[in-house]
Amino acid sequence: MTVTIKSLPKEEYLLPGNASCPGCPASLGLRLLGKALGKNMILVVPASCTSIIQGPYPKTSIKLPLINVVFASSAATASGIATALEILGKKEVHVVCWSGDGGTVDIGLQALSGAAERGDNILYICYDNEAYMNTGIQRSGSTPYGAWTTTTVLGKRRHKKNLPMMMVVHDVPYVATASIGYPLDFIEKIRKATRYKGFKYIHLLAPCPVGWRFPPSKTIEVGRLAVLTGMWPLYEVERGEFKLTGVSRSLLNKSKRTPIVEYIKIQGRFSHISEEEIRILEEYVDKLWNDIRKIIS
Amino acid sequence: MERVAVLSGNHAVAYAVKLCRPHVIAAYPITPQTQIVEKLAEFVERGELKAKYIRVESEHSAMAALIGASATGARVFTATSSQGLLYMHEAIWSAAGARLPIVMAVVTRAIFPPWSIWTDHSDLLAQRDTGWIIAMAESNQEVFDMTIQAYRIAEDERVLLPVMIGLDAFSLSHTAAPVSLLDQDKVDKFLPPRRAFSFLLDVENPITMGNVAFPDHYMEFRYLIQRAMERAKQVIREVEEEFYEISSRKYGGLVEEYRCNDADIILILMGAWSGDAKVCADKLREEGLRVGVLRIRFIRPLPIEEIKRVSLGRKAVIVVDRDISFGGAGILFTEVSSILQQNNVTVRGFIAGLGGRDVTAKDFTQMVRQVYADLEVGEKRSRVEWYGVKEVI
Repeated sequence: MTVTIKSLPKEEYLLPGNASCPGCPASLGLRLLGKALGKNMILVVPASCTSIIQGPYPKTSIKLPLINVVFASSAATASGIATALEILGKKEVHVVCWSGDGGTVDIGLQALSGAAERGDNILYICYDNEAYMNTGIQRSGSTPYGAWTTTTVLGKRRHKKNLPMMMVVHDVPYVATASIGYPLDFIEKIRKATRYKGFKYIHLLAPCPVGWRFPPSKTIEVGRLAVLTGMWPLYEVERGEFKLTGVSRSLLNKSKRTPIVEYIKIQGRFSHISEEEIRILEEYVDKLWNDIRKIIS
Repeated sequence: MERVAVLSGNHAVAYAVKLCRPHVIAAYPITPQTQIVEKLAEFVERGELKAKYIRVESEHSAMAALIGASATGARVFTATSSQGLLYMHEAIWSAAGARLPIVMAVVTRAIFPPWSIWTDHSDLLAQRDTGWIIAMAESNQEVFDMTIQAYRIAEDERVLLPVMIGLDAFSLSHTAAPVSLLDQDKVDKFLPPRRAFSFLLDVENPITMGNVAFPDHYMEFRYLIQRAMERAKQVIREVEEEFYEISSRKYGGLVEEYRCNDADIILILMGAWSGDAKVCADKLREEGLRVGVLRIRFIRPLPIEEIKRVSLGRKAVIVVDRDISFGGAGILFTEVSSILQQNNVTVRGFIAGLGGRDVTAKDFTQMVRQVYADLEVGEKRSRVEWYGVKEVI
């Protein structure tokens, strides 16, 4: 069943006037999450930009029960909530971790892996802005090769950690990637994920205008280019079955992919990048898709 | 008729927890605590305890999971020791800051390096600034009783703070002793189901917990914890009185006073070795030396009034620490000194028994004799020394 904009509820769970930056993909993602699941969810938020987006006490911009937790602990806290809900007989409530890439691929990885292995009944969403944005753009395990950050001033020398595939090998019922450039695809995946009991993981690419150095009006465009260039393949793995989704379905054919330079040239974080480094990124994309081809065949 | 069972300290904790009907247990193994969570896993798997058990991948996650479960309204439990407690430290602050009535047993154990699995109070005392109520038991019976009382204290509306209960590695944890158990119906009456206060994660009443507090607000959150700690003193005494009605057992509130009334010298300490200190007091009294023991049962909230009342007018108090704050002094010594500083009481500190080194009644006797000898020659200065430390290069 395809989600359409018209079919989405009008209800907003992230209120206007919140503390996010202009063009923020995390706040947009939160809005979409609210529209996907409605009021029946509890949010767990580790230290991240979302700690700020809520706004300061005694006010809040989020109309959902939400607990802020220490950096490394979101998945474990969510496990505790889901377990308590079950034994207290409140079984219709979704427990959703809303964590950044630092809180997921770096400091939160152990708790995440533990919760996935145990099969705890939670939906973990990583909104991946590819660096520690809340502390002011430091490199994370999710920062791509070549990108400038304040701790990789000459560009990062390692590729991005492939977290979604790492979650796939945990043998959980649902893993998917999404991009803020394709909001309906994201909503559909959230809804599909929550039909499963057990551990579900969605990795949302969240281009950050401040950290990636592009105008705030271009968040969606950058999110789309990431997918169209093949840098960020959209797929889902349902009960172990891998399937490309949306526009990524046609991108196994390299000629259908937009050249990655289109994606790179609109981001200031790649402004220093050399021809050689672009070639390394192209090879990375080729390998990514060759790996996908192997999985499919 | 209530049963008396021969139980290790670890199993005394597990049986007490079972009687408290927790909803969620999250735990990670570490020596010498492991038997507690093994026994609880057994209770859950046999269906004797209707709880959910989360076998987490670390102590940090154990506390995080309990924070989530407790914030959802569940009654929860975990246990740990030493490195596990230190690894959990960040989440320990979170639990108290979120005002969650979590209960945890801590089997006190020395800290690495070098590796040591034996008792030492440094792990427990390193948590003293976190906002947890911190207790320390002397016997397996007391561990059992304290665990049940801990939930009543933690869940009291005047308190709403987590509680950790210390018991010494091996001397309690793995040593069997007779423990009078309690019938389930008595415990159910003493400890009704956790009452839901307003601040829970609930989709019908959404709230945001723990968002940013600017300098305008942060300080009041801290002040409220301090006020709850002050109120906890009275709650601890009340809960013990009520527990006495179902068990005929009580220990004295925040401290236990043993032969203190007419004492010239008071030994102040906590944990299992307090029993040896009591033997020391009995023996020296046979010689006409009036020695008493003030056993600290709760280090947080700090029993300021009790320590002051019992210490004033004595020739000296001797504080024996199974811990050391490097570059400072023993932690109990520092606490006691802070209370007595303006009262002209000689406070003598001994650092002893670190990493489980055996300390017996004979050793306490030697400490007391030394202080008596010093007093006789007019030496009244307060100071700290290491007891029984070998000569090192």
